Amino acid sequence: MGQSTSSGTAASTARTPTAPIKAGSTPAAPAEPARRAGRSRRSRATSLLLHGTLIVASLVAIGPIVWVLLSSFKPGYAVQSTNLTLVQDPTLTNYRYVLFDTSFLRWLLNSVIVAAGTMGIGIFLSATTGYAVSRFNFPGRRPLMMVFLVTQMFPVAILIVPIYTIMARLGLINTLPSLVIAYLTIAVPFCAWMLKGYFDSIPTSLDEAAALDGCGPFATFWRVVLPLARPAIAVTAFYTFLTAWGEVAYASAFIQTDNQFTLAYGLRQFVPQYNPQWEYLTAAAVLVTVPAGLVFLFAQRHLVSGLTAGGTKG
Amino acid sequence: MRTVTAAPASAPPDHRFARPSRLRRSWDRNWYAWAMVLPVVIVLAVLIFYPLGRGIWLSFTTLNEANQVAEICTKSISGGEVCEENPNRWEYAGLDNYVRVLTGQVGRFWEWTGITLIWTFVGVAFHYCLGLGLAILLNRPMRGRGLYRVLLVLPWAVPAFVSAFAWKFIFNERFGLANSLLTALGADPLPWFSERWTSLFTAIVTNVWLGVPFMMVALLGGLQTIPGELYEAAEIDGASPWQRFRAVTMPGLRPTSMTVILLGTIWTFNLFPVIFLVTEGEPAGETEILVTGAYRAAFEGIRNYSLASTYGVLILSILLVFSVFYRRALRKQGEVW
Repeated sequence: MGQSTSSGTAASTARTPTAPIKAGSTPAAPAEPARRAGRSRRSRATSLLLHGTLIVASLVAIGPIVWVLLSSFKPGYAVQSTNLTLVQDPTLTNYRYVLFDTSFLRWLLNSVIVAAGTMGIGIFLSATTGYAVSRFNFPGRRPLMMVFLVTQMFPVAILIVPIYTIMARLGLINTLPSLVIAYLTIAVPFCAWMLKGYFDSIPTSLDEAAALDGCGPFATFWRVVLPLARPAIAVTAFYTFLTAWGEVAYASAFIQTDNQFTLAYGLRQFVPQYNPQWEYLTAAAVLVTVPAGLVFLFAQRHLVSGLTAGGTKG
Repeated sequence: MRTVTAAPASAPPDHRFARPSRLRRSWDRNWYAWAMVLPVVIVLAVLIFYPLGRGIWLSFTTLNEANQVAEICTKSISGGEVCEENPNRWEYAGLDNYVRVLTGQVGRFWEWTGITLIWTFVGVAFHYCLGLGLAILLNRPMRGRGLYRVLLVLPWAVPAFVSAFAWKFIFNERFGLANSLLTALGADPLPWFSERWTSLFTAIVTNVWLGVPFMMVALLGGLQTIPGELYEAAEIDGASPWQRFRAVTMPGLRPTSMTVILLGTIWTFNLFPVIFLVTEGEPAGETEILVTGAYRAAFEGIRNYSLASTYGVLILSILLVFSVFYRRALRKQGEVW
């Protein structure tokens, strides 16, 4: 790290960068908070190294996605060829097969219902729970926090049978609500934990002011705290949606008929187990990922500020 | 206490008793907190703790798919059903299941535990180190920061089974990208899934790719809570970048780090889809971790519910013991939660 440390007089208020900026160094982004301004001057070599590392990391991050995307436009023989080509005889056959020779639209609808249901109910439940745990020192608060942690330890694959029995007793087998309920048990404990951390960072003086203005605890939560917690809500939305969108284990246990399949499960279903048709799988993978990617694009602005995994003391 | 206790809506409606009982006062003060957590508690109780209790009980029985019915009914000639008691009905078996699992009569418990520990440790170590490194790089002002961040977090948005498939596709021995690249570089293609360590390597690569974004985002959030004044003070005192990292960044990240390492360990330990779909346990079950091994041992062939429960209880116990020790170790260095 080669930035100069000449801003020795930096006071906490007026901090104009006094040292001359070397030619070729990256200027600080204008929206950057002033506190980092002193660290933005770096030599060309450092800058190259920084961007080089990030570019390589980004390529690794998106490489597999891009490779699957490219492969999905290849015909079957090219997908399974040993020659390394990026584009070869581009075709939409794979997509045509997946979209029109399966119940794709039905599955998409089911998935949207399940994911939206999980997201809506999940946000509501984790927000109320997170708020209660953050603000009220009620008996049972600490045990509840511990329970949230312990629920993360349960091996889903093993507990699936007892949960199946309960669903069967409730008459929910082969219905979409069974999936929504099951996904809530996965997503809500973590989200409540995360939201609690965010609520902790909102000053309680706001709650007290609202109470003086005559707001009850529910109104305070709904009108004052929740709007301030928008970034954390966005992360919760993203997390609950993804949990429901990509899950396969519960779906394969609870859902029995083709017209109730979710997208993730349905698209796995039409691929024979011992002779995978890779070209259709690639197209299916792209089609499953696109909606999740859209939700991600909406939520990504808030991801960093909203995700407080233990960032504040509890 | 930080609560708002004097909210008019929750004032006790009944003033005849000068001194309400303790329970009553507690109720008046806390009813809305309880009301807010009640739905979650009910759902967790019904769908997590009841199955857990039942699972623990089942682990002491012989229940499986074949012996689960209490009565065997056969249609008689007259049209009615004749039911008689199932002679092989499931029964209480004491510690039999545990003995069979731990002595290796069913499955390979100790081998799988070893693989699971390697898998978890390597996975979480890479998640944390790469996540931390990228978070620190991304925390500096620079051109294209927003774009890098989106690209680096993108793997998080890909459903786990899709990523598993994508990497399985890349590591395909005949036409996968990995072997094509090796050939292009002049090396011999590797039969990834026919040796234990290369096979485990593919799964760990997949898992690292999947898990780094979460760590990176969480740590980036943690970095942004560290006041900039601390860095300035350290710079004024002439601290080198490495010293600043040791003395300012790491302590400031401690609460976040402790939480994400604990969560990461738990999640990786139980991560089912990656091993199940990428290595499929190949070669010959040598890369199974506990959850996938247990799943195959219990559910392939006649579904053995009691055996599955036994494994579930053992896995949960390992994680509980781990988190107790983890918390105790942390408490020695100062309270975290």
